[in-house]
Amino acid sequence: MSTMPFKTPEPESTRGQASIGKAVKINGQIYSKEDLYVDGDVEGTIELQEHRLTIGPNGKVHSSVKAREVVILGNVQGNVDASDKLEIRKDARLVGDIKTARIIIEDGAYFKGSIDIVKPEPAKASGGTPPRPQQSAPAPANAQGAAVAAEVKH
Amino acid sequence: MSPGTAVLAPQHPSTATTLFDREVVSTRASRGLEQFFTYLRGQAGLSILDLAGASQENINFITNLGHKLYSEDFVRSLDDIFGGEDQSNASRIDQFLRHTLNFENERFDGVLVWDVLQYMTPTLLTATLERLRTIVRPQSYLLTYFHSDEKAQQVPYYSFRIKDQQHLLLAQRGMRKPAQIFNNRSLEKLFQHFESVKFFLTREQLREVIVRR
Repeated sequence: MSTMPFKTPEPESTRGQASIGKAVKINGQIYSKEDLYVDGDVEGTIELQEHRLTIGPNGKVHSSVKAREVVILGNVQGNVDASDKLEIRKDARLVGDIKTARIIIEDGAYFKGSIDIVKPEPAKASGGTPPRPQQSAPAPANAQGAAVAAEVKH
Repeated sequence: MSPGTAVLAPQHPSTATTLFDREVVSTRASRGLEQFFTYLRGQAGLSILDLAGASQENINFITNLGHKLYSEDFVRSLDDIFGGEDQSNASRIDQFLRHTLNFENERFDGVLVWDVLQYMTPTLLTATLERLRTIVRPQSYLLTYFHSDEKAQQVPYYSFRIKDQQHLLLAQRGMRKPAQIFNNRSLEKLFQHFESVKFFLTREQLREVIVRR
């Protein structure tokens, strides 16, 4: 049996990423070429080209944000552009418009705004892009459903 | 069928389960929901406004149809702005409408209103419907629900989550006192400035109403 002390893994929130602590306030533009964790106040814009932005539970962001992946645990007021994925965790608050490929929103999160799902461009094939599949027709009506009672035209 | 008459539908098969600590979720068939999305069939890129607050189910369902979703938690805003105060206060009404339905550059192709209108007193409700009329495109639809038990002091209020085109998950958020109870006649009057009103009655004391702008 080993007597080496167990090393507690470093929290994901601080591993391999820049961090803005909860006592920090920034006014201006932030560009980052690595993952960023924001637990303080930011007013301005945040842009991470191909990286992940996490707004911590104490984070208050009054700005538009752009990243490959955005995770919100705190408060964001501004538009969010997440080219890959957006997660809005329980107790998070987002007021703004969303543009993303995928979105995950937990129960208890507050969101006000619009959601525009933008699928990433497929890699171009030599024979050209295949036609977009048509939306499937809805299933036939459930016979046990409610009946139409009346239609009133004004 | 002549306008103004109503037929009671067979009971929906429904199930109730506790999925979360305090939340009871039940599933029910909804002809109103089915009809609403039938009207939108074959179209993509529409703008749909959901007034029940954001839920993963509604986001998935609506965006998978290729539509853009706008989300607003009407009941929460109602509580935040009015609390228990008088809903006929003009400046509060103005604040409420600016907060919830301020879409200067957007016109909607459908609005999932759900059951929120019954929690508004007449002055606020009239102003809200007037605003809704201005932000939805002509010939577009609103889907609304009203409890029909006229003796109820309090009714369950729900987070409405779309399971599929014909079924809803109703996650109960609590009990509320309705500000008004509507019957078919009063609903016709309420939506008199809209083009048409279609009712779906169920045995579950819930009227489903599709309103065409």
